[in-house]
Formats: sequence, structure tokens, C-alpha cells
Amino acid sequence: MPRVRMSPVACIGASMTQFGQRDEWVVDLLAEAGQACLDDASVDAADLDHLYVSNMASGEFEGQTGVMNALAHDLGALGAYTQRVDQTSASGGAGIYAAWQSVASGASDLTMLVGGEKMTHRTTGESTDVIASLTHPAEYKHGVTLPSFAGLTARHYLDRFDAPRESLAKVAVKNHRNGVDNPHAQFRKEIDVETALESPIIADPLRLYDFCPVTDGSAALLFTTEERASDLTDDYVVISGIAGATDTQVVHERDDPTVMGGVVESGDRAFEMAGRAREDVDVAELHDMFTILEFLQYEGLGFADQGEGWRAIEEGVTARDGSLPINTSGGLKSKGHPLGASGVAQAYELYQQLLGEAGPRQVEADVGLACNVGGFGNCVTTTIMEVGE
Amino acid sequence: MSRELLAGECPNGHRSYPTHPRCPDCGDPQSATVDLADREAEVVTWTTSTATPPGVREPNTLAIVEFDLDGESVRVLGQATTDDVDVGDTVRPVYVDELRDPNAGIREPESQDWDGFRFEPV
Repeated sequence: MPRVRMSPVACIGASMTQFGQRDEWVVDLLAEAGQACLDDASVDAADLDHLYVSNMASGEFEGQTGVMNALAHDLGALGAYTQRVDQTSASGGAGIYAAWQSVASGASDLTMLVGGEKMTHRTTGESTDVIASLTHPAEYKHGVTLPSFAGLTARHYLDRFDAPRESLAKVAVKNHRNGVDNPHAQFRKEIDVETALESPIIADPLRLYDFCPVTDGSAALLFTTEERASDLTDDYVVISGIAGATDTQVVHERDDPTVMGGVVESGDRAFEMAGRAREDVDVAELHDMFTILEFLQYEGLGFADQGEGWRAIEEGVTARDGSLPINTSGGLKSKGHPLGASGVAQAYELYQQLLGEAGPRQVEADVGLACNVGGFGNCVTTTIMEVGE
Repeated sequence: MSRELLAGECPNGHRSYPTHPRCPDCGDPQSATVDLADREAEVVTWTTSTATPPGVREPNTLAIVEFDLDGESVRVLGQATTDDVDVGDTVRPVYVDELRDPNAGIREPESQDWDGFRFEPV
């Protein structure tokens, strides 16, 4: 791995829109989050050097391409370098990586990242198909969907590690509970284990409450050098570690169906860059597009041994009052999953937690981690953020 | 229309389904193929999907199965012929002309083939 001396990068502003079913189209959602982020940091759009847009499929969902150009025009960021970042569901994390690179390398002094997606105008079947189009032809022709990968993997995990089915339901219950206190969440409703276990089957053994919803929404982050951040504001966070990694496109070709190589690789590199140990992490946002993914990331990031991650939810470790709260935002499960926005919104939650702005969701946190997963672990970015000095 | 279920093989004996231009294990070009169509496999895991995209049968039972080739395993994912499958079942590939309606989904119909094999418990 080449080592380049990079400037420390700070996040000095953040925002997210209401997630859920929205009337606005994607560019308007992006503009709403982008303007709120600029306002949060009292920065003018004309001062942006770089503007990145995390988005998976605006062309497929609404026939609108060139969204980075449209957003720059609507915000008044003309002259800035703009780029759309697509890494399917991990577009948000990949956008953080691109924004971090732009500032760390010295190419930009002020970079805004806006992630967003507009999905709910499509039927669930159509949305599922847009997302499933990331699969290999040999998978796609069988009608494979991302939820069906989750069903295949969950059955294998539960059988092999003798984990109780209820442990998956408890992930949904926890994240719904957290979402009640998130004013931007799509669902602000508590559920119980029985409701989750009796909900309709979607991909056996997984049921409705094991899956995140289809969502519209946007989120944004503003980055500059740490040096400039300390001049501009007293309250900022720094990216202390960030790394991305890729696994196979064909999911069944992985040596072990319960190991997400991209999570392991990106996690190891991000921890190494940050100079942090697993026990240093105070709060984490994991990509719970499906309940089983929370276990696979918890294990892949090294918070538990393989096959042991389910014990954390049973023992309350990952609850808001546990020793490592996971998905205090409500996660994708209750907050919603507007594809390109999700990785950005994970970092928005860390920003709020680290700066003590999370209101009723607040936990004590100096170090936070976000893991954003694209496909079924196909592309992953792990980010570690810390309170600025 | 091919009635073969071809795994790719590189000079170092690594195999994969589907084939790739380069071996995912070692990076050498895959220079040979092995036809799995007349062999039996074992179900590793399965799911029945009840929320399927346009043009896909509903429900859609899918299985990941494992072929044993001289002690080396090759895994394949595919539809099952029945909803009554279980982990550990022995299955055989059964050829199907069209696994889903090529004209109903988002992918360009001409960009790939749509025939293939379902797995039937023996």
C-alpha cells in the first residue's frame, strides 16, 4: 500500500433532508440538503472548489443524468469542479472517499459532498430491479435480488453458527427504537420481536421487518483542511481513517458466504490509518439494508469473532445504552435507504454524535465509525471520524 | 443456445462459475472449461423470494449449490424447480429455455442470454 503524506481533513458542516416518500425529484432533494449544509457552516456556494454528488441511478429512476452539473447550477457553485460518484448503495461512502482525497491531496480547499436518490415513484418491483441490475448476467437471469442474497446468507449463517432467528428480529427492534428519536427518519415507530417474526416472508427465512424500505432523500457534508477548519469554527470533526475495498461481483464465488471481504479489507485499512483499536470506537453506523448485514459487518470489522456477532444484540452491547451503540440514527432499517444518500447520512449521524448535537439519541462518543456497503458487500467504504482538537 | 453449464478453468486448476477472462484466484487466463450439466450437486443454502422484479416468477426459489470436482468445489447459484428444497439435498441441473422474461426487466434483452439451468432434487 503506497503511503502518501496527506493533509488532515475536517468536516465543518452537515445536513440531511427528511427521508421517506417525498414529492421532490432528485435534483431538488440534492439542492435542499446542499443548501442546508452550506447554511450549517455559514459558507457560500461560490467558495466551493469541488462538489461531489453521490447517486446510484438517477438515470434509471427518473431519466435525469448530469445531476452534479444541475446541482452546481442550482446552488450557485459554478466554476467548481463537479463529479457524480456511483458505487451503487455505497455511493455515499465512495463520495466521502472522493471528497477526502480532494482536500487531503491539496486539490481543493473546500469540498461539498451531497448524496441523494429519488425512488418511491417506482413500484417496489421496479426499484428492486434497478438495484438488481448490478448483478452478473449469470445471476440476473435467475431473478436474483439483493433481498434474496440476504435470505440465502441468513439461512447459512443461522444454521452454521446456531444463532437464534430472534437475534435478527432484535436488530430490527433496536434500530426501529433508535429511529423513533430521529426527526428525519422514514419510520418513527417502535416494533416488537413478535411483530417482526410474524411479518410477511420476503426472502425466506427473512421477513418484511428484516429489510429497509424504499426511500427518497438527501444528505450533505462539507470538508476542508483541519488547519482551515480551526480558523472557521470551534466545532468540527476530522476523518482520521478512511478506506474502500472491493469483493467479487458474483456473490456465490466467495470462499465463505458469511465473510464480506470488502468490509474486512476496508475496516483493517481504516483502523490502521487512524491508529485506532476496535475498542476505541464509541459509536458506529453499519449498513443494515438487511438485518443480517449488521452481524456480518460487526464481525468483518473485528468487533466480534466470526459467527459470534449475533451475541452482541442478545447481550445489549449494540443498544443505545450498550458499550458499542450501533445505528443510533435508526439505521437504514428505520431511517430509510435512499441509495446514494445513505453513506452520507451515516456520517451525518456520526457528526451529530461527535459534536454532541444528537438530542435524545446522544451517546458519549469521541470516535465514530461508518461502514457503507454496496451490492451485497461488493464495494465497501469504512470511515473513522473523531472530534477535532 | 448452449445446453452446457460451463465453469472456467485456469492452467493452475482453479475453477469458477461463471467463467471469467482471468482466473479470480490467480489472475492467469482461464484456458479451459468444465461442463457441469450432467453432474450432481449439493444444496448449500436456499431462499424463496416472494417480492420479485418484473418478469420473474413469483415466488422464486433460489439455491446456491456446490459441485464436487475431484475434491475441489465449484458453487453455482440458480433457480430451483420446486419450493421444496433443503440444505444438503442432492440436485441435478435441468435445462430451461427462458429463466425470466427478457423484455420485462431493466436490462437490455440483447445484452445477455436468458436460458440456463434450474436445480431439481434427485
